[in-house]
Amino acid sequence: MATAPLGGIGVSVPRKEDARFIRGKGNYVDDVQLPGMLFLDIVRSPYAYAKILAIHKEKTLAVPGVLAVITGKDLEAAKLSWMPTLMSDTQMVLPTDTVMFQGQEVVGVVATDRYAAADGVAAMEIDYEPMTPVIDPFKALDPGAPVLRTDKPGRKDNHIWHWEVGDKDGTAQALKESDVVIKEKIYIPRIHVSSIETCGCVAQVDSMGKLTVWLTTQAPHAIRTVFALVSGLPENQIRIISPDIGGGFGGKVPVYPGYVIAVVAALTTGHPVKFIEDRTGNLTSDSFARDYHIEAEIGATKDGRLTALRVKTLADHGYTDAAANPSKFPAGMFHVITGSYPFKKAFVEVDAVYTNKPPGGIAYRCSFRVTEAVHAIERLIDILAHQLKMDPAEFRLKNFIPPEAFPFPSVLGWTYDSGNYAGALKKAMEIIDYAGLRKEQVEKRKRGELMGIGISSFTEIVGAGPSKDFDILGIKMFDSAEVRIHPTGKVLARFGTKSQGQGHETTYAQILAEELGIPVEGISVEEGDTDTAPYGLGTYASRSTPTAGAAAVIAARKIREKGAKIAAHLLEVSPDDIEWVDHKFQVKGVPGKSKTMADVAFAAYTNHPQGMEAGLEAVDYYDPPNMTYPFGSYIAVVDIDKETGQIKTRRFVAVDDCGTIINPMIVDGQIHGGLTMGFAPSMLEEIQYDADGNNKATSFLEYLLPTAVETPHWETAKTTTPSPHHPIGAKGVGESATVGAPPAFVNAVVDALEPYGVTNIDIPLSSYKIWQAIHSKDPP
Amino acid sequence: MAIDAVEVQSAMPNHRSKTIHVTVNGVPRESHVEARTLLVSYLREHLKLTGTHIGCDTGHCGACTVLVDGTPVKSCMFLAVQSDGSEVRSVEGLETGGKLHPVQEGFHKEHGLQCGYCTPGMMMTSVALLAANPNPTEDEIRRGISGNLCRCTGYVNIVKAIQSAAKEMAAAPKGGP
Repeated sequence: MATAPLGGIGVSVPRKEDARFIRGKGNYVDDVQLPGMLFLDIVRSPYAYAKILAIHKEKTLAVPGVLAVITGKDLEAAKLSWMPTLMSDTQMVLPTDTVMFQGQEVVGVVATDRYAAADGVAAMEIDYEPMTPVIDPFKALDPGAPVLRTDKPGRKDNHIWHWEVGDKDGTAQALKESDVVIKEKIYIPRIHVSSIETCGCVAQVDSMGKLTVWLTTQAPHAIRTVFALVSGLPENQIRIISPDIGGGFGGKVPVYPGYVIAVVAALTTGHPVKFIEDRTGNLTSDSFARDYHIEAEIGATKDGRLTALRVKTLADHGYTDAAANPSKFPAGMFHVITGSYPFKKAFVEVDAVYTNKPPGGIAYRCSFRVTEAVHAIERLIDILAHQLKMDPAEFRLKNFIPPEAFPFPSVLGWTYDSGNYAGALKKAMEIIDYAGLRKEQVEKRKRGELMGIGISSFTEIVGAGPSKDFDILGIKMFDSAEVRIHPTGKVLARFGTKSQGQGHETTYAQILAEELGIPVEGISVEEGDTDTAPYGLGTYASRSTPTAGAAAVIAARKIREKGAKIAAHLLEVSPDDIEWVDHKFQVKGVPGKSKTMADVAFAAYTNHPQGMEAGLEAVDYYDPPNMTYPFGSYIAVVDIDKETGQIKTRRFVAVDDCGTIINPMIVDGQIHGGLTMGFAPSMLEEIQYDADGNNKATSFLEYLLPTAVETPHWETAKTTTPSPHHPIGAKGVGESATVGAPPAFVNAVVDALEPYGVTNIDIPLSSYKIWQAIHSKDPP
Repeated sequence: MAIDAVEVQSAMPNHRSKTIHVTVNGVPRESHVEARTLLVSYLREHLKLTGTHIGCDTGHCGACTVLVDGTPVKSCMFLAVQSDGSEVRSVEGLETGGKLHPVQEGFHKEHGLQCGYCTPGMMMTSVALLAANPNPTEDEIRRGISGNLCRCTGYVNIVKAIQSAAKEMAAAPKGGP
């Protein structure tokens, strides 16, 4: 289907959006400047848990340029001191009497500009009475633990919810009957997406009372509805504009208190109000990801056949459940944890708990808890292989779901669409010379050198999702495309999603170029303005191509249906005699007799058949029949310095299968970035709290994003197994690598440390942890 | 919320101000700035040159990198008054006479950007890197851009973009961009 002149499917079309970004002409939220615009800054709590005794506004109000101070009591009067979370919990906009985590928003300061607002924040005096915080999620469940959510009448503990799926008794029995069972505790630490652009907004109320909010959001339409429900403003009087977004990764899905305060400030002052987080505010209060304490057991027969999987998890949600999962799934897609293997028995349970930490539980470039699931299963598989003295590649190949078993019903309730897991792993093994590396490892071990090889053969679940199971606060998780062809054959297409760097302006145009036969240059893509774009649930969880990408195809095909009738009129044949061949409307069997889409578009406005509606456009709201299941196999090779514990990633080969590839250059870019965001928490990133609830990673000095120096040299390759239910077979690719990479690193490091009897090291794999693992045991 | 009549001007009477003379992207400017104004604020808010971005406020991410007399500086850690008498070049000054700088061309051609937020700072560092070392090795490039964080690309294509620019600049006649 390579259609280079059109720039259709499969062509590495250079990105259309680059034109503004490379000139510094992007339009991010902080670039919005309006006449009379004020600036909001926020006073944050120094304590993890404290009573607010008094807020002394006087000194702040005396600061030149400061115009207003907004407290929780002010908001309470307007019934806006609390807001709902996406998981039907409640979150403070500003506290009225108690702060629940360090860094929490306590007071809003509105001033003429950001310097004056910062002066106002610095001058603020608040009297607190600190209380003993609940930091350890296990201790939070102790019978004597202080109950944190005293705002909820009748609440007697810190347990939020229990969720389970699978056959509990059958799994227990199958584990009992297994020849080998291993049990491991794995902690997936709390991390932060840290997009280079922080979060923020500009709120403006016009003379007709209409509220416009330029917002760093991945889901503008859903946010508009939530704003309408919370504020009581009519939804047609609210316009959310998500302009260029400087990275999202899940962190720009929730509504943060600062947005609400900015809107209140704009409504109250009558001036536009800008709020832009600083990095410390971003790291200490915006949604975290992960923080899953997993305890898992996996069983096998002595000849290496998998039998059963049992997983118990404690999820630390901070002081409120502000995750961004589909409503039916409080632990997201965690139950894809049976991975690439045909378990017959499995049982998963998750308990969520409140602590004095910021809320969240959002993704970090992944589809709803899939990374946690993949990490656990790919670690367990490796530990089990080592236990059985089997090569981890051979063990996987022996147990994979075979290609002929698709569509494959997983024991925990998913139907995997398509896959060829052995194909991807074998390709990765060939590229990296797996056999050669194992030989080298044997030699190195004899010399006492530490070298490890780690595999991860992941299966993702993305593209949420079918309306029968997937909604957020009741809104079904469809997505949309609206395609208009102008008289001269140029196209304007609008979508319910919102790119944050993924390149939608190019890839959606490529899908339409292929389907409409119009060159990609003539197709403009717009997203993010709720006044113009069709309603959709937004871009996260690798859902844009599976949902809105499919909507583009269907909308284009609706246009082709009408176009065929116009072409028949122009060619003076019956519509039944028209077929779509080589991107043209052609009289069946007569290649010389055809009309292009541009011809048809012109006629749609100038010479359409009598009785037919003028114009050429279509809209589609696409409800996917199933999720898509991208997969891949990654192999990492590491060398470890025994004296320092330093890990050097020598090679990393990533073989991905995301179904049909729209733009190979962009797909590779997504994989490179995804791998780097898999590497980051594997090696560097973690948000830790001390016993007093102090956040120990409040700037990029402590929260370490990988630079070009640490980042390994990624080697990428592909296999292609199209999705059978997506109209062009595409599956989504933005997050695969972040999901798949971490267990490859851990498996490689643990493999290197096998002589020391190490079975697991929790990420991040710091040199100190490695050094401890080496030096806590006698050298072999 | 008691809010009095609002007069919106960045007056800030409490802070000393100073007149500075700066050439920004070839245009001589005389500006009156508060002494504490950061260079990034001067560019973004006073001159409306919003291509230079703020990412971390602490000098770690490099999104705000501009060239002051040819040297890359993190403009969120640099006062506007420090640039008095200097030539400042920001991303808006890379394209000359309707022709993109080879570094801009390279980033586009090699897909060296995704969300675009770190890109201006990354390109300014690249320009300085290539001025100091017209033919850098991959390791030299990776070390050269290690003060600029990118969350999207994994750096692979940024390295290629800089290599591509180096090649194009080597082929261009002397006195080029």
